[in-house]
Amino acid sequence: MDFLRYVKTLAWKDVRVEFRSREIIYTMSFFAAMVVLLFSFAFSRQSATSSEMMDVSDLSPGFVWVAVLFAGTLGLSRAFDRERETGTMRALLLAPIPRAAIFLGKSVAIAIMVLVVQAVVVPLVALFFDAPLFAHPLPLVITLLLGTIGFSVVGSVFAAMLLKAGSRDVLLPVVLYPILVPLFIAAIKATAAMLDGSLEDCWFWIRFLAVYDTIFLIAALWTFESLVIE
Amino acid sequence: MTDSSRSAPLFIGAAVACIFGFGYTLSLIFYQTPLSAGPLYFNQKIFYYHVPCAFMLFLAVIICGIASINYLRGRNQKWDDVSVAAAEVSVVFGTIVMVTGVLWAKPAWGKWWVWDARLTSALLLWMTMIAYQLVRKYGGAGSERLASGLGVFAMVNIPLVYASTRLWKTNHPSANTVPSLDPSMRAALWFSVLLFTVFFILLLRLRIDARRAERRLYECREMALDAGIIE
Amino acid sequence: MSIDAVEVRGLGKRYGLHRALHDVDLDLHAGGVCALLGPNGAGKSTLLGILSSIVKPNAGVVRYLRAGEALAADASLRREIGVVAHESFLYTGLTALENLDFWGQLYQVEGLEQRSRDLLREVGLDEKAWERTAGTYSRGMLQRLSVARTMLHEPSVLLLDEPFTGLDRGGSQALAEALSGAVKRGAVVLVITHDLESIAGITTHVAVLRRGKLAFEERRASGYSFEELKDTYHSHSE
Repeated sequence: MDFLRYVKTLAWKDVRVEFRSREIIYTMSFFAAMVVLLFSFAFSRQSATSSEMMDVSDLSPGFVWVAVLFAGTLGLSRAFDRERETGTMRALLLAPIPRAAIFLGKSVAIAIMVLVVQAVVVPLVALFFDAPLFAHPLPLVITLLLGTIGFSVVGSVFAAMLLKAGSRDVLLPVVLYPILVPLFIAAIKATAAMLDGSLEDCWFWIRFLAVYDTIFLIAALWTFESLVIE
Repeated sequence: MTDSSRSAPLFIGAAVACIFGFGYTLSLIFYQTPLSAGPLYFNQKIFYYHVPCAFMLFLAVIICGIASINYLRGRNQKWDDVSVAAAEVSVVFGTIVMVTGVLWAKPAWGKWWVWDARLTSALLLWMTMIAYQLVRKYGGAGSERLASGLGVFAMVNIPLVYASTRLWKTNHPSANTVPSLDPSMRAALWFSVLLFTVFFILLLRLRIDARRAERRLYECREMALDAGIIE
Repeated sequence: MSIDAVEVRGLGKRYGLHRALHDVDLDLHAGGVCALLGPNGAGKSTLLGILSSIVKPNAGVVRYLRAGEALAADASLRREIGVVAHESFLYTGLTALENLDFWGQLYQVEGLEQRSRDLLREVGLDEKAWERTAGTYSRGMLQRLSVARTMLHEPSVLLLDEPFTGLDRGGSQALAEALSGAVKRGAVVLVITHDLESIAGITTHVAVLRRGKLAFEERRASGYSFEELKDTYHSHSE
C-alpha cells in the first residue's frame, strides 16, 4: 500500500521535527495545565457550612475536554503554520502523491501531539480535583483516543483549508468548534459516565464517538483535495 | 434577456401570493384556532411561525451543503451563488427561530432559554451558518472555497448534532410539553409551512439573482476596462 | 514519461468577483524558456498555480503532451513538474539529507541516497553542513539546498515564480546552472520574474499578461537581450 507508506512518511516527518524542538508539545501542555488551573480557581468554592472546599470532581470531564480542545486548537494552528512558513504545504500539494495522504499524515501527527497533552491533563485533573478518572482505564483510553481522532481529523481539514486565509488564527476556532460540538458532548458524556461508574452509558457514548469519527473521516478524505486546491 | 427577467411575472406572482398568504395565516392563527389552555395561552401562537422557520433553517443548510459540494467539484460559480444565498437565508430564518424560541420558552418552561434538544441543535446550526458568514467576509481571496467546506461539514453535522443534543438531555421533561394538536391548529401550521416555503424560495431566488447581477456588472466593468473605455 | 509540450486553452479563473485570468491560450515547448511578464496582480501566479495543478480553473483546460498525446491528469503527472518559488520548500527542523530524503520518498526517486549526495555536491553545499538542521543555514546555503530539492526528481516541466528574489550570487549561479541544465535536457520552462536581467539570453518566448488577459505573445529562436525584454515588457504592460 503506497498510500499508507506516504502517510507514514509524512507523519514521521512531523513527529521528527516536533520531537527535535518539542516546541508544540511543551507549549500546548503548559497551556492545557494553565487552563486546568484556571478552572480550579473558577469553580472551586468553599461550602457555606464548613471551611471545606466543595467537591467539584463531577465537573472534571468538562475540565479535561475543554483544556484539550483549547490546547489542541493552539497546537493545530502552530503545526500548520510550520507548513506555511517555508511554503512546504504548497510543495506537499505539488508532490505526486494522493492529496488525501497529506491530510491523513497531518492528522496522525496532530493526534500524537494531542495524546501527549492528554497524558499531562488527565492526571493533573485527577490530582487537583480528586476525580477517580483512572477507575476504568480501558474505556478511558478508548474515549481519549476516539476524541483525539475526531479532533485531529476535523481540525486538520479546517486548518489546512484556512492555511492561506487572512485571519486564519481567529477563523479556525470559529469554523471548528460548531462542527466539533457533537464530539465534545459525546466525549464529556462518556467520561462523566465513567466517573459515575455507569459503564453501559459510557460504551454507548464511545460508540457515538466512533460513528462521529467514521463519518468525518470519510467526509474529510473525500473533500480534502478540493478544499486545499484553490 | 436573461432567465431572471423571463421569470419576473412568476416571481411577482409568488411575492403577491406570499403577502396574501401571510394575511391568511394571521386570520387562521388568531381567529380560527383555539387559544391554548394552561401557561402558554396566547403565547402558543408563536408556534405557527416558529416551527416553519425552523424547517426552513434546516432546509437552507441542506441546500447550502449540496450547493457547496457541487461548487467544490466543478468550481462553477453558479453553485457558489446558491450556496451563499442559502447560507444567508438560513441566518435570517435561524434568527427568527431563536427569537421566537426564546419568547416561547419563557411562559412555557419558565425560563428564557432551555437546553432542549431541538432548540440546541437549531442554535448550533445557526451558529455554524454565522461562522459561514464570518469566513466569507474575513477569509480573503478564496473564501468561497473555505465557506463551501464549512457548508459541506455543516450539512454532514446535522444528524450528529441532533442526535447528540437529544441524547445529551435524555430525561429532559420539557421536551414533551408541546401540546397535542387540535386539527384546526394542524391545518394552520401546515398552511404556514407552505407559506414559508414559498417565501423561502423567493428569498433564495432574489439573493441568487442579486449575486448574478453583481457578477454581470463586474464583468461589464472588466469589458469596459479591456476596451479602454474607462480607467 | 516526460512532457515535451504544454497546451493551455481558454483558461479562466476568478476569486469571488475578482478576475484573475480570462480566456488565456498559451503553448509551451520543450527546450525553450518562456518568460511570463506583467504587472503585479496580472494573474501570473494564478496561471503558474493552474499549470502546477494546485489551482483549479473555472474555465478552460491545460493539456500536458508527450509526443503529441495528452497525459492523464492524475497524481503521477505531478512527478514531472517542478516548481521553484522564493519560498524554500524546506523543513527548517530537518537536516539537508533528511530534507532530500523526505522529498525524494514522496517523488519516488530511485537511488535516492546517492543522488542526494551528488546533488548536494553539485550545488556546492559544504559537506560539513549536511547533517545540520536547515534552520541553522545561512540564506545562501538554504537556497542551494532548495535548488537541489527541485532537481531531485528531474522535472520535465519547470515552473519558476520569482525565483531570483533574495538570491545571493552563489544561489543565483546555482539556479542559473540548474536552469540551463534543464533546458539542455529538453524541459519545458516557464519563468515569472521582474528581474529581466537574469533571464536575458536564455529567454526564447515572451508572454505578457495584463489584468488576467494575454496582452502579447512572441517567440524568437535567437533569444532576447535584456533591452529587448525591457522594451517588450514596457510597451505591452501599460
